[in-house]
Amino acid sequence: MYELSGVRKVFADGSVALDGISLTVGRGEHVAFIGPSGAGKTTLFRILNLTLRPTAGRLVFEGQDASGLSDAALRRARTRIGTIYQQQNLVGRLRVVHNVLAGNLGRWSTLEAAASLVRPRSAGQAATALERVGIPEKLYARTDELSGGQQQRVAIARVLVQDPDVLLADEPVSSVDPSLAVTIVSLLRDLSHESQKTLLMNLHSVELALHYFPRVVGIRDGRVRFDLAPEKVSGELLAELYAGDRDEEQALERFQDGKNPFGGACRPLPGFGA
Amino acid sequence: MARIPSAAPADRFPASGRRSRFPYLLTAILAASVVYSLRAAQVDPRRFFEGDVLANVARFVRGALPPELSREFLGLMLRPALETVQISVMGTAIAVLIGIPLGLLATSSLTWRGVLHERASRAGRWGLGFVPYALARAALSVFRSIPEYVWAFMFVRAVGLGPFPGVLAIGVAYGGMLGKVYSEILESMNPRPLETLHAAGASRLGVVLYGLVPQALPNVVAYTLYRWECAIRASAILGFVGAGGLGQQIELSMRMFQFNEVLTLLAVLFVLVAAVDFASARIRARLA
Ligand SMILES: Nc1ncnc2c1ncn2[C@@H]1O[C@H](COP(=O)(O)OP(=O)(O)OP(=O)(O)O)[C@@H](O)[C@H]1O
Ligand SMILES: [Mg+2]
Repeated sequence: MYELSGVRKVFADGSVALDGISLTVGRGEHVAFIGPSGAGKTTLFRILNLTLRPTAGRLVFEGQDASGLSDAALRRARTRIGTIYQQQNLVGRLRVVHNVLAGNLGRWSTLEAAASLVRPRSAGQAATALERVGIPEKLYARTDELSGGQQQRVAIARVLVQDPDVLLADEPVSSVDPSLAVTIVSLLRDLSHESQKTLLMNLHSVELALHYFPRVVGIRDGRVRFDLAPEKVSGELLAELYAGDRDEEQALERFQDGKNPFGGACRPLPGFGA
Repeated sequence: MARIPSAAPADRFPASGRRSRFPYLLTAILAASVVYSLRAAQVDPRRFFEGDVLANVARFVRGALPPELSREFLGLMLRPALETVQISVMGTAIAVLIGIPLGLLATSSLTWRGVLHERASRAGRWGLGFVPYALARAALSVFRSIPEYVWAFMFVRAVGLGPFPGVLAIGVAYGGMLGKVYSEILESMNPRPLETLHAAGASRLGVVLYGLVPQALPNVVAYTLYRWECAIRASAILGFVGAGGLGQQIELSMRMFQFNEVLTLLAVLFVLVAAVDFASARIRARLA
């Protein structure tokens, strides 16, 4: 699916966000990315979804070198990559149905897109997607009237409508409470499992990463620190990954003490199956 | 690399501890320019009391009272009043038609700068991006830097007397202002939803329709209505160069020293402006 070699990203202000990332992700793989704040995880995902251009290094998506793609080919490739962002990236003033159907914009002509704003083109499709994320009743609600967790589900419903081959989720649960975090992470995992999508997820929570993913990549200072199966990720590795980052160190201590903050919350919520 | 990424922009641009001298400098410059302009513009209150200034004013006021309220005159003025409203509506409509496409092209975040263009090819970024952007900006600033009065003067020469040159003048001059302000509104919108749509493969127009329009609509409508209010005042002035409407009647009556008619016409204009004010305030309240 993805092959990265020596990918660097230096922003215009001179800050080096990625400093030589090499990584291969196969089709249908599930990979979690963890690392302290500022490690470059979001930047990596914006390169993976073909928004940012690497300053140096090679990015191959589905056998094609991304640097050689024309504008039209880039657009086609982007329709195959679905991204769920850290912040709420929906348009608050639009109704939920339009935010969800925006997943079709890679397929629709401009005319179809405009017409759909007047009269939703496939409200049924949006309703189905909302049902899968557990909020079917919000179809015609205004998006900014939803709670943070509900908005995150709308973002997921949009990606379901887009139906990409790869799902990139950039800390999809950083703004929701722990029990909902578990629900959303397992929802994303199950959905991408069902449809055999590749799933890459950034997570602040080490617990969720180790618990739900067969492969965990640790990123720090723009470099890959480890790339291992969860059972091989040792306490030392984690301590090293988060060294100097106070909040994370504390969370890690709690985790290693066995006081898993998610312990009580791992039961599935109603409406989400097992 | 910066190790503290939660660093807000404020951290990247540390505020200097020292007080800036800039406000004092600015105040001094402003004060100097007022004093200088006072002399250059020959502002001199004593002039009110020289010669027959007061007598002239009195003559004007006496001439204006009582206002001309004969049924015949009011009936005659109905058409010009309506014409003023029509000129302002049509002029604003044309301004919107000019302002929307040029405003979109003049929005740098849509055409060539920022995250939507990081991966664009060189041709896409310059040929289809920066060049149309620069041309649109240039056109908009020409349109709005020439006063509508001058536009009207030129259009009267081109298409003859009547409301049409007035409509064109407002359309072009206000089109320039609307386009500029539209582009500023669009550039100030939250870019995150735009990046999201773009990353999912939406076309440029798709990004505009689903990301920008819904965010910007209230501001765009409010500013357009405000321009319509200005247009009704402007369309009265444009009559002075022969572009129809109430202005043309005011100019006629003034030239014939019929100040009582002038007063009536001004009152009618006042009512029109107040009505438009009221209507647009209602619409804006609805949208907010
Ligand atoms: N647009 C930008 N311009 C300049 N610097 C940036 C930009 N985006 C990110 N950076 C910098 O790049 C580095 C990596 O940022 P990034 O957002 O990728 O981190 P992250 O791992 O996602 O952090 P977090 O866990 O807090 O979300 C940071 O130092 C950040 O300040
Ligand atoms: Mg991030």
